[in-house]
Amino acid sequence: MIEWQDEGALLASRVHGETSMIIEVFTPSRGRHAGVVRGGASRKMAATLQPGSQVSVTWKARLDDHLGSFTIEPLRSRSAQVMSDRLALSGLGAVCALLCQSLPEREKHEPLYNRTVQLLDLLGQNDVWPLAYLHWEMSLLDELGYGLDLSACAVRGVNEDLSYISPKSGRAVSKEGAGEWANRLLPLVPVMKGEGDASGGEIARALGTTGYFIENRLFGTQTSREVPAARQRLIDAIARLD
Amino acid sequence: MAQGPQDIEDLIGLLSKLPGLGPRSARRAVLHLIKKRKQHLIPLADAMTRVGQSAKECLNCGNIDTADICPICQDERRANGEICIVEDVADLWAMERSGVFKGRYHVLGGTLSALDAVGPEDLRIPKLLDRVTSEAVTEVILALSATIDGQTTAHYIADQLPDVTVTSLAQGVPVGGELDYLDDGTITAALRARRSL
Repeated sequence: MIEWQDEGALLASRVHGETSMIIEVFTPSRGRHAGVVRGGASRKMAATLQPGSQVSVTWKARLDDHLGSFTIEPLRSRSAQVMSDRLALSGLGAVCALLCQSLPEREKHEPLYNRTVQLLDLLGQNDVWPLAYLHWEMSLLDELGYGLDLSACAVRGVNEDLSYISPKSGRAVSKEGAGEWANRLLPLVPVMKGEGDASGGEIARALGTTGYFIENRLFGTQTSREVPAARQRLIDAIARLD
Repeated sequence: MAQGPQDIEDLIGLLSKLPGLGPRSARRAVLHLIKKRKQHLIPLADAMTRVGQSAKECLNCGNIDTADICPICQDERRANGEICIVEDVADLWAMERSGVFKGRYHVLGGTLSALDAVGPEDLRIPKLLDRVTSEAVTEVILALSATIDGQTTAHYIADQLPDVTVTSLAQGVPVGGELDYLDDGTITAALRARRSL
């Protein structure tokens, strides 16, 4: 019997049979991991098995490639904090859906896990959360091998007046370096570099740029899946903040 | 285990697919029905045939009835400008059991779900928007589950209805509930929704 114990953020749960649930948990040591929770469909477990809950899990299976079963203990619930908050609710939905659909199963991503837990703990703090979410999306791309390089211009090597991002390489391009190609490049919104105005509109504009890479690298032709609609709902909510 | 005749095995197989029943309990139920043929089996078969032929979704609200428009939608006394939104028919029946709500209902047929790719067009939300204008609705009461998906759906519907009062059911301590046995999420929700006495 194989067994391990860890802590994690619950990403998704769906009913399995009449009494059990299949859940997906994002753990620091084993990445996104699925398993059955026997009796998980009970009323007693309903509050614990909400997306975003921080849980302690013990996973057991006879063989490593089996689905296996989880024993769950709640550490802290986040669902009650977000239920009445439109932005937090759509944010939680977007984070969980993106992780569920873009992360390979059972692949360790500890830095991303740590950033995700920090982000989830900020839910409800609407003055800082949208910016934290933008940087989390950039770290998601980075962790999965499609990181944006905003340090210097890909054409001229300078690090001043960086205004665009190449949709092909994900590298920054300066205004001068872009030249006549400017209309084919994505905007490098200053807030992506931690500069300038961090209003809802600017963050939504920056999410348009990260969205290009999410759509074309993590989803689309790569996975034959579409970007979760929850992300667009979140962007709409952020854009309305101004 | 000894096998019965094929017809009986078919019946056991069908019953075992119902919620709450497995092969063993279905076998017990079938044996009971056969023993009580006149009292239970034949009336049950007749009732199932009748319901199979007549049950349909109300074209207006999505409730299950035998008419195109269910009695709740036909009842003029319930046209008081209030519509209660529920996820499925079981929720509607639960609300009706309480006998407190005197308005009309709208059954969505589920909730938005990013993971299961359920979008607004998969639910009865467009029909709801039509009803709100055509039935002169003044208040929409969202009686959706206190889950992430349920509340995401509630906020989405609220966004679609800017000109109507939109309320939702309270969340907190259930009647007869003791704080010691409640999860921290429910206690948090109850504390946030506290009211002065």
